[in-house]
Amino acid sequence: METPRGFGFPPPGQHGPAAAEAGADAGEAAEPAPLADDAELDLEADEATARVEETLEALDAELVGLASVKRRVREIASLLQVDRARGQFGLSSSKPTLHMSFTGGPGTGKTTVAMRMAAILHALGYIRAPRVHVVTRDDLVGQFIGHTAPKTKEALARAAGGVLFIDEAYYLFRPENERDYGQEVIEILLTEMENERGDLVVMFAGYPDRMAAFFSANPGLSSRVPHHIVFEDYDHGELMQIAELMVAEENFRFDEGAREAFSDYLTRRMRQPRFSNARSVRNAIERCRLRQARRLVALRRPLGKQDLITITAEDVHGSSVFTEDAEDEGNAETAGDGGGSGAGEGAAG
Amino acid sequence: MKFRHGTFSYLPDFTDEEIGAQVAYALSQGWPVSVEHTDDPHPRNVYWEMWGLPMFDLAEPDGVLAQIDECRATHPGRYVRVQAYDASLGRQSTALSFLVQRPAQEPGFVLERQEGSDRTQRYAVRPYATNRPAGARYEGG
Repeated sequence: METPRGFGFPPPGQHGPAAAEAGADAGEAAEPAPLADDAELDLEADEATARVEETLEALDAELVGLASVKRRVREIASLLQVDRARGQFGLSSSKPTLHMSFTGGPGTGKTTVAMRMAAILHALGYIRAPRVHVVTRDDLVGQFIGHTAPKTKEALARAAGGVLFIDEAYYLFRPENERDYGQEVIEILLTEMENERGDLVVMFAGYPDRMAAFFSANPGLSSRVPHHIVFEDYDHGELMQIAELMVAEENFRFDEGAREAFSDYLTRRMRQPRFSNARSVRNAIERCRLRQARRLVALRRPLGKQDLITITAEDVHGSSVFTEDAEDEGNAETAGDGGGSGAGEGAAG
Repeated sequence: MKFRHGTFSYLPDFTDEEIGAQVAYALSQGWPVSVEHTDDPHPRNVYWEMWGLPMFDLAEPDGVLAQIDECRATHPGRYVRVQAYDASLGRQSTALSFLVQRPAQEPGFVLERQEGSDRTQRYAVRPYATNRPAGARYEGG
């Protein structure tokens, strides 16, 4: 505020660039002068790099498989790192657009990767907070005319400075109903995504086939999302690894028989409809815990630590997946008791 | 005559960045922020018109700034202020309130004298702007 402005605030429309200029000046004054042309910069020495490495390692350790996704996340992280380095040499370039679309089957880790992505973007100073605001159609689309815009803007305001994660994004667009308000949401999102100064990152997530239809019906949207990341379904070995991780996380463990039984369970479950990868595994483990608890209570004897942490083959074999197969083969008596678990299977998706 | 209203009223007018910083402070205290406007700048006029609903559950000031911009664009000739409300028990009142826009021309106030009984004088303050009907008081309305 070196010169008094006299009366009043700058009129609308002019305050934006003026404020931005003032901000840029202040920022340059605070930052060190750009490096000389022949200087060299060690990316490893950047303190942001350490934080990014930490997050990437956590991503590698906690998420099984997903090689292509991890590679893509690394690429994006590298791009931002190099961008930072260029900035230190005083080389200005436009801020990279980082809107993304995550497509993949249910339970392939889209939301988890979004959280990690937010942490990485924050570490590199692209967004202000490692915050992910998860919304679905309900949170964006209004119920009557004029209700949609404020609702969408509210969601955008809450996500400001972080990541707006739109789950099942294809529900926004309903081609069969031309008066659907979803189109309005897409238009508002587009203007927000075009906004150069904003540091909001929009991520769209959904199942591959329907997302493909969604993007082909909205070419404007598709072209403004530079990063399309595809999440592959897990194979049997990866699912077993995931199961081991989940069991260990809950302070349980499979005994040998149970491991084999669970592997068998996965083979059968993967053939069934509505198999949703890691989420199905989690549900299966939850039900194993349930059966284990029932077995332990029925023992009617004092329990040791080993009893409490061990999941046995019997606990796994109780699943209705085995029952149904056995019934198909006309041999119901090998099935054990699948009674308590049948209702849960359909809810796995 | 410059209308001195609310917090920071004797400081130079804020830039958008400074407004953002103040709003960020209010949000960090857990105060929901709202935007209000009026063309009747009487000191005792405490109820200004609301621009939208108060904004709850925000973490960053961007949404508030967008609302302020919208309000300024719609009412370029009105006073616009930002209010932050502290809902905590025991306070439950406006915690922070400051102007973010004022009209280009502020004609000021007239002191009116009224003759009472026994030659007593009663005084009142009235903005010159209210000589004209609401909506036509300032350029740009």
